[in-house]
Amino acid sequence: MILSVDGVEFSYNSRPVLRDVRFAVNRGELFSILGNNGAGKSTLLRCLNRIIRPPAGSILIEKKDLFALPRREVARRVGYVAQRHESARVTVFDAVLLGRKPHIRWDATARDLEIVREVLGVLGMEEFSLRYLDELSGGELQKVIIARALAQEPRVLLLDEPTSNLDLKNQFEVLQIVKRAARERNIAVVVVMHDLNLALRFADKFLLLKNGTVFACGGREVMTPENIAGVYGIPVAVERMADIPVVVPL
Amino acid sequence: MVEVEEMRQAAVEGVPEGYLKYTGRKVFIICLILFLTALLGIYAVNAGSAELSPTQVLLTLLGRAEGRLNIIVWNIRLPRVLAAVTAGIGLSVAGCVMQNLLRNPLASPSTLGVSQGAAFGAAVAIIALGAGSVQSTSADAVIINNPCLVTISAFAGAMATALVVLFLARVRGVTPEAMVLAGVALGSLFSAATIILQFFASDVQVASMVFWTFGDIGRASWRDLEIMAAVVAVSLLYFLLNRWNYNALDGGEETAKGLGVDVEKVRLAGMFVASLITAVLVSFLGIIGFIGLLGPQIMRRVLGGDHRFLIPASAGMGGFLLLASDTLARTVISPVVLPVGAITSFMGAPLFLYLLTRGYGRR
Repeated sequence: MILSVDGVEFSYNSRPVLRDVRFAVNRGELFSILGNNGAGKSTLLRCLNRIIRPPAGSILIEKKDLFALPRREVARRVGYVAQRHESARVTVFDAVLLGRKPHIRWDATARDLEIVREVLGVLGMEEFSLRYLDELSGGELQKVIIARALAQEPRVLLLDEPTSNLDLKNQFEVLQIVKRAARERNIAVVVVMHDLNLALRFADKFLLLKNGTVFACGGREVMTPENIAGVYGIPVAVERMADIPVVVPL
Repeated sequence: MVEVEEMRQAAVEGVPEGYLKYTGRKVFIICLILFLTALLGIYAVNAGSAELSPTQVLLTLLGRAEGRLNIIVWNIRLPRVLAAVTAGIGLSVAGCVMQNLLRNPLASPSTLGVSQGAAFGAAVAIIALGAGSVQSTSADAVIINNPCLVTISAFAGAMATALVVLFLARVRGVTPEAMVLAGVALGSLFSAATIILQFFASDVQVASMVFWTFGDIGRASWRDLEIMAAVVAVSLLYFLLNRWNYNALDGGEETAKGLGVDVEKVRLAGMFVASLITAVLVSFLGIIGFIGLLGPQIMRRVLGGDHRFLIPASAGMGGFLLLASDTLARTVISPVVLPVGAITSFMGAPLFLYLLTRGYGRR
């Protein structure tokens, strides 16, 4: 167990967004957070990255209290891919090198450059190295941002809806990349998702959030028609097509 | 198949070299700017109504010349040249960092009203608090007896403006265009306050104060220069130390936080230092507009937005531009010396309009 969340609460202006959220994520796991709009998914993710601080509850990373660590130490352990990013006039290599920031003291070392090269290689993006960020397509930009988070060498990688605004091919590529990263680097990957079919296909564990509370949490077995209907409020069937589980709204 | 794999391998290994070449080019451009600034500096010491030759200038600088030359070069020309470069560096890096912190490509000390705030603060110290004396001769219109008090007062004015600007940007989420409008409003407010202050001064004082609010580099003495250089050098070092933070901020606020940047602290401290530079430069030289916009915006186009290179490049470019403007101001209708602020505005205003009409993606 690398990430454990216990009793986390959060409210915006006395309106509760998260209530007694508890779950645990293991190494090598792709953990998906699911729920309808406004269920508190993004808020939960921001708590996990200490962007916001929950007034109650504890978040432990490798048994260390997230809120007792200096910000820089958090950044060495937790990578975060936000929903929106701004594309400045920098090259892909520079953008990924920025992921080394929590490890850099004065300037990037040869090892930092080596890590960036390696990450770009793994993602098959070497030829993009010297392209400017503002010349990339949405899918390419998303991969660069994930490459940056991987260059950070985190033990927990958080992604907030990484496949929204991507076409079918890029959705699959991006999720394959993070799934492989979880396996090969033996890190925990936590993904907020909207697409239940993608979640069923790629995730190992599922957290169903409803109105800021945990509705269900576990492996494939929690993705029952009853649970999904309970969270999203419409009846669904979970079928298998070509031996792949799919969710069909009824 | 093996061949393809080998080629792929070679391409992968080629990346850092390609990248090093790319960064090397940026370093070369920065060195080129510094070299051109040094050349221009020699020309600027040389240019003017005293008809010196470059050899005489060099000899004087090496300490091998007779009295008259020594006075002209050491007491008049050299401080002026160095002050132009120092002020150019300071205003340009302040603009560069403000553009990053406020995520606003139109930001600079003069366009946001920070310079005007500093000028008001300095005027308060000079006229009301008696930190300086005002003479009628235009060459040395204002003599600052107490640089410390003037600077502190100017800093209070600059920082007050910067805080209003920060508040508008952060809390109200004002757009870049609206921010500049707010800057115009603040600038007018402080200019009006400065004029009201002048209303209580004598006629001679008013004439000199008006002259003073146009930037003029010629009034810098060696002592002023030392203070300015010290502040600019320390600030430049501070900005360079934060270059990775500024790069992270360019990726968006949440990304920066995810990379371990204390966004609020970096933003407030950066604006504090930028205001300090502005305050010191304005209190000794008056308002010199647009250098803080020109320097970084030119270099952004040439080198891109990586602050590891953008900060030193903006510094060099700012120094070069202000020295060039001042040299032009001294020589274009010599022996009459135009206010350098007028020259920089002639260059800066068109760029400003261009950025405004082009939609100014942060490029």
